[in-house]
Amino acid sequence: MNLAFRDVRHNLFRFILTCFGLGLLMTVVLAMMGIYNGLVSDALNIVKAPQADIWVVEADTQGPFAEASKIPNDTRDAVARLHGVAEAGSITYQTIEAPFQAATLRLYAIGYERGRMGGPQSIIAGRGLEASHFELVADAKAGMALGDTIILGRNRFTVVGLVRDTMNSGGDPAIFLTLADAQVLQTQLAPPAARVQAARGATATSGVTVAAVIARLDPNVDAQSVVQTVRQWKHLAALTQAEQEDILIKSVVDKARKQIGLFLGILLTVSAVVIALIIYTMTMEKLKQIATLKLIGAPDRTIIGLIVQQSLALGIVGLSLGLALILTVKDYFPRRVLLEPVNALALTGIILVVCVLASGLGVRAALKVDPATALGG
Amino acid sequence: MPQDSRRVIVDIKGAAKHYGEGEARVDALRNLDLTVHAGEVVALLGPSGSGKTTLLNIIGCIIDPSEGQVSLDGEMVYDNRWLRGDLRRLRLDKIGFIFQAHNLLPFLNATDNVALVLQLAGKSRTQAQARAQELLDYLEVGHRARAMPAFLSGGEAQRVAIARALANSPRIILADEPTAALDSKRAGIVMDLMRKLATEQDACIIAVTHDEKILDRFDRLFHLRDGRLEDDKGDNT
Repeated sequence: MNLAFRDVRHNLFRFILTCFGLGLLMTVVLAMMGIYNGLVSDALNIVKAPQADIWVVEADTQGPFAEASKIPNDTRDAVARLHGVAEAGSITYQTIEAPFQAATLRLYAIGYERGRMGGPQSIIAGRGLEASHFELVADAKAGMALGDTIILGRNRFTVVGLVRDTMNSGGDPAIFLTLADAQVLQTQLAPPAARVQAARGATATSGVTVAAVIARLDPNVDAQSVVQTVRQWKHLAALTQAEQEDILIKSVVDKARKQIGLFLGILLTVSAVVIALIIYTMTMEKLKQIATLKLIGAPDRTIIGLIVQQSLALGIVGLSLGLALILTVKDYFPRRVLLEPVNALALTGIILVVCVLASGLGVRAALKVDPATALGG
Repeated sequence: MPQDSRRVIVDIKGAAKHYGEGEARVDALRNLDLTVHAGEVVALLGPSGSGKTTLLNIIGCIIDPSEGQVSLDGEMVYDNRWLRGDLRRLRLDKIGFIFQAHNLLPFLNATDNVALVLQLAGKSRTQAQARAQELLDYLEVGHRARAMPAFLSGGEAQRVAIARALANSPRIILADEPTAALDSKRAGIVMDLMRKLATEQDACIIAVTHDEKILDRFDRLFHLRDGRLEDDKGDNT
């Protein structure tokens, strides 16, 4: 006879309500885990998307993500001619805001050369850029649909393709433009400002630059040797893909990552305390019944089983509810919530351990109960 | 008395129980002897604090006496120390408890409350359920076998509690105010039932009670005063 199950069944509504409360807490924990993962993943996605082996940026900078970087447009040709470089492409990055359907979108504009490295990897709807100008491929989170148009700078762009999970470390959805359009967007002044510049006899645009040149190497070519070669050019710096990812994690998302990690730790601690309190309270309410069980001869393992099984049931049901809830609502979060199976497994392990430890308090109280209390008087 | 020729079920010699030491010492029981035979129904009487519950707890192997010997069903279980390691198993095998408030587990129905004791003693679920139903029928609450304790009347709940106390055919039934929650008619029925059980199962019943309307139903009355026991003849035991 499973006493834990019978007790749960007897107080089913209360048990479900408790599990629901715990489930909401688990939802928050899982959301924090997902946001944490999403933050790191989003940041790395942008770096990983071009599938580059080396990044050539402005000298003495850690660009283009951690610091601004501007290098001449023709750097790509120089890099492409290096021994061991299979292909190279120029790329620009900038954050822009643009009005769209009565709202203002904050977008991360990536300019790349059609037919070269740096474009969208996997298009989930529509197509890639085919025209030289005024087309864009957007991340689905931007809220734009195929065929929608948006004014960027002085020009109207049409959405021709959609990608998924491509955003910067700040969570701004990415749009891909041709390099030429992106450069115009970077340098083109608003008409009044352009008129002022013209009146002063200054040129409206400075020399055409790009943020970085990315390169893919031939197989079996040592990336460090190519990087060393590029560094000999005093006006350029070069980073391997691993170095670029490292910079991004350490410089760009590190504080946010630590903050979320700390918050996650606090949430897990709060969850552990809440579970312990629930189990302890549940046990304290049953002390008279536990005394009766002891009096009629129930061994300790029966009493421990009653408490630990209920504790585990509470944890598992609460976690399952939390998991179901977060999987239902995760797409409504403004930032990407990335949940991996390993997260659910890790949290399951943590919750099971917490439940067993928490039930220890209840078990301790139960084992101390004097069976004489059942007799009263 | 014919009981003297019957088997001794509870035999306590020189039992004492005190709490604290020195000036703070309280003697709950002093040099107490008690012998109860199979088939006997005896009452422990006395004012509050006289040591009734302490004595009941000692017989029930719930608290240990400070000194003395306790023998239950022919087995010496305490001789200045417990001679059995597993007192809960001892209770399960030899002792049934009937409480003032029935103390049925609220999450088990009547049958399962009774069957639990049998399953704890090692009976299979089927055997336990069958025996529980048999006991409930015997106590005329078989028709309420599936009812949860919250839906049983006071009398029904008490009879289920008695069925639970009898489940493992114990030789000793300890009852703490078994009729306190019942009206006169129900109290009489419960007492008749206990007498019947004591006779049929060759067990002894020791009840703590303040209920004067049932005192004539007991074979012997023991009065506890200041930790000393006197039988109904006024003899110190």
